[in-house]
Amino acid sequence: MKKFAMKLIGSCSLLLLFLTGCTNRIAVLNPQGPVARQQYHLIIWSVILTAFIFAVVLIIFIYVLVKFGRKNNHAGYDPNNHGNTKLEITWTLIPVVICILLAVPTIKTLFALEGPPKPTEGLSKKEPITINVTSADWKWIFRYPKDGIQTVNYVVIPEDTPVKFNLFADSAMNSFWVPELGGQQYTMPDMPMKLWLQADHVGDYLGRSANFSGRGFAGMQFHVLSKTDADYKAWIQTIKDTKPALTMSTYEDLLKPSNVKTMAFSSYPKELDDKDKKAMKKMKHMEHMDIPENHLDLNSKDNDMGGMDMSNDSMKGGK
Amino acid sequence: MIENIKSFLGSFFVTGDPMIYGADASIALATIGIVFYLTYFKKWKWLWDEWLTTVDHKKIGIMYIIAAILMLFRGGVDALLMRAQLIIPNNTFLTSQHYNEIFTTHGTIMIFFMAMPFIFGLMNIAIPLQIGARDVAFPFLNAVSFWLFFLAAMLFNISFVIGGSPDAGWTSYAPLAGLKLDPGVGENYYLVALQISGIGTLATGVNFLVTIFKMRAPGMTLFKMPMFTWSTLVTSIIIIFAFPVLTIALALMSIDRLFGAHFFTIEAGGSPMMWANLFWIWGHPEVYIVLIPVLGIFSEVISTFAHKTLFGYKAMVWSMIAISVLSFTTWLHHFFTMGNTAWVNSFFSVSTMIIAIPTGVKIFNWLFTLNKGRIEFTTAMLWALAFIPNFTIGGITGVMLSLAPADYQYHNSYFLIAHFHNVLIAGTVFGVFAGLHYWWPKMFGHVLNERLGKWAFWVFMISYNICFLPMYFIGLMGMTRRMYTFPSGLGWEPLNLVITLGAFGMGVGFLIMVWMIVYSAKYGKRDTTGDPWNGRTLEWATSSPAPEYNFAHIPQVETVDAFAHMKEKGTAGNIYKAPFQAIHMPNDTGIPFILSVFFFIAGFGLVFEWYWMAIPGTIGIIVSMIVRSFKDHEDHHHIPAEEVEQTERAAGRLS
Repeated sequence: MKKFAMKLIGSCSLLLLFLTGCTNRIAVLNPQGPVARQQYHLIIWSVILTAFIFAVVLIIFIYVLVKFGRKNNHAGYDPNNHGNTKLEITWTLIPVVICILLAVPTIKTLFALEGPPKPTEGLSKKEPITINVTSADWKWIFRYPKDGIQTVNYVVIPEDTPVKFNLFADSAMNSFWVPELGGQQYTMPDMPMKLWLQADHVGDYLGRSANFSGRGFAGMQFHVLSKTDADYKAWIQTIKDTKPALTMSTYEDLLKPSNVKTMAFSSYPKELDDKDKKAMKKMKHMEHMDIPENHLDLNSKDNDMGGMDMSNDSMKGGK
Repeated sequence: MIENIKSFLGSFFVTGDPMIYGADASIALATIGIVFYLTYFKKWKWLWDEWLTTVDHKKIGIMYIIAAILMLFRGGVDALLMRAQLIIPNNTFLTSQHYNEIFTTHGTIMIFFMAMPFIFGLMNIAIPLQIGARDVAFPFLNAVSFWLFFLAAMLFNISFVIGGSPDAGWTSYAPLAGLKLDPGVGENYYLVALQISGIGTLATGVNFLVTIFKMRAPGMTLFKMPMFTWSTLVTSIIIIFAFPVLTIALALMSIDRLFGAHFFTIEAGGSPMMWANLFWIWGHPEVYIVLIPVLGIFSEVISTFAHKTLFGYKAMVWSMIAISVLSFTTWLHHFFTMGNTAWVNSFFSVSTMIIAIPTGVKIFNWLFTLNKGRIEFTTAMLWALAFIPNFTIGGITGVMLSLAPADYQYHNSYFLIAHFHNVLIAGTVFGVFAGLHYWWPKMFGHVLNERLGKWAFWVFMISYNICFLPMYFIGLMGMTRRMYTFPSGLGWEPLNLVITLGAFGMGVGFLIMVWMIVYSAKYGKRDTTGDPWNGRTLEWATSSPAPEYNFAHIPQVETVDAFAHMKEKGTAGNIYKAPFQAIHMPNDTGIPFILSVFFFIAGFGLVFEWYWMAIPGTIGIIVSMIVRSFKDHEDHHHIPAEEVEQTERAAGRLS
């Protein structure tokens, strides 16, 4: 019995740790933007409700073990006690209520995350910016269609501005995850997707791929740097002024399997822009469809998938 | 010429890693040792007559369990290698490629070659006895199922010394597992071995469905069946609906890889996401295939050792049926993050949450079975009791994961890893350990040592929590699964160290358990009564181990807990009361083994795309089937009444 009690104390203290402090290193529990915050609220709400269930189970569990587990004490022993309709209805209905309490905010949040995050209170609404993200073996490529620059393994965003990340994959699937700013989405070779994120403040947020993509997967880490509007504009200008232009052959080299350090390019070839745009058209088309599985048809009609095909030759050295 | 042979051998055998050479050496030594033992002690004939050709469900069950324990060892060593690599940041103990192969084989082996066969083993041991039958409905098919599983497991296992192991994860997602990104034979091993063992699994599902529907003792209506029988029935139905999807998915990917089709590659209009869908349409029900049977085991064990009838029998049955239906409606929650619309994710969030309701009902029913009981803390009972809180942790984190927007933050992180190990270990593994202790006397005629069993329990159970609880937090810190190494400075070091220590603690628990098995074989208390636990169901009505024919007379069933009722009424002795009659039993046959060896040969040929080997193998399979179809009339015999009497007398059942 003592061991059970020890175990109880152990799990409770873990739960306390979870609910109270020590969260600044726990990225998911330290949200730095409205998307992550909505998810954080949902997580905490679910922890409270499920912890309640766990507590009820644990209390009954310990009670029956203490009361009926002692040797040589058969008080209350009733071998034919086979059911109790009222009790059984109760413990069916309580989980139903809890499911409803969880489902409603879940569905609300799902629809809220479809669009750009709402502006933080007290701040004026800012125009969203768009960044095209391509995962390649094994690096992250970021293109800024408005400013025409490209970075690798780091991305700079203006603070307090909704950012729409359009997600593409070259070769294997990956998942684009910046835990402090919000949950992830996959990058898929046959299906462009989008993810809205926003950072409240200036900061450096670590992102990584969450979906295994081969030998160099563990190195698929990137930084999201959030800067003030002025610093952001200055940074773009610096990249344009000081970094080399990206040529098609450099880009093809970049797609070959490797882990690389951060890079930046003052411009990129127009073909890449066309590819991103073409893939985006597909995404727009898909957003109007009710059943996402229909993308199967899309591919069979038109299998020139923009940014994806060129990797075929460069992949031969893949393994 | 010599150069050619050299280069062939260099690619045929996995080379360049001292650990692999060590494995080569130990495999060779073990093989030589086994061959020497069998030859020196003249055991070849015994092996063939008693085991390789048997169709007895009890022996097949024992073979399943031995194979599963071996695979638990193999999968466990994989896990320890992974944790050794992750004990410190930037470790170089394993290379990335080696690590990728190890996590792939760990997952695949634990699910396909450990969890399922362990459960099938216990089903084989217990189901015909629980329903008062002489064997399963199709004993020949049962042997085919076992040998297909066993040789598929061997085929999969040789991959790490011959040709190289699969390295795209046990989920084998396209396009990563496609030929372009993953050339070589590793993925072929995965596809072919799972296909072969999948045939066996499907046959097992059919076999137990028919067995339970057609072969119950007179009087045992569906709602008088023991709970483990109910859970096996429900599982069989899930297998029959789910496994064909895996068969198709594996076949399509095999055609992609071996014959250059493009079902899952984009170039010619294929879709990688179709693999994700097919895999999880099978994969989610699969989770319940390995979970629902152990829910049955827990019901048996808890009711036996609380010395009470099960609380809420009907609610238990209906909640299992509800879980089995719902299990087919939730597959998409494995990829909430693949760009589904909000409506789609809403549907699958809610359908996933709903599973918590019948599961919760079951938890409360077990708690109330304990209530007003006389709880006896045997080792089997300890595993069952530990299941309740530990599985509840896995259950509530499952509910947390079902909230799609929150899942965007958990997906593929260690939070997910912690969750599914919490349900699969606290559920499946604790369950098969409970079942092993519970039915061991019925299998071997002696009880497992309680003192060592309790040591193994506490060491394993505590280490398991030390291993997996920190994973929730490290997942929330941003560590994702399948990273072969992690950078320092992110605060991940202490938790990773603790996790590794927990994993090795579980290894120690496993070793104690192995020692307990060896020790008990020699010193274990003999079970002379056939009913060591004061059991409630029919398997305890016959002697331990059960005779070939199970029951001298088929029992008559009147209530749930049939044997407890017989003991109360004083009619338990009717099962072995003279006079006896001749008993009709199936014949042993070598065909299932030979057939499966041909499957192995054909499979190995397909893995290497050696059609000169695959085609004769396939012909061998067909010929075996034809030969079998002509032997239909000679597949059974009768055990004479005198022999039945002798057996019963030898078991001390006749005074």
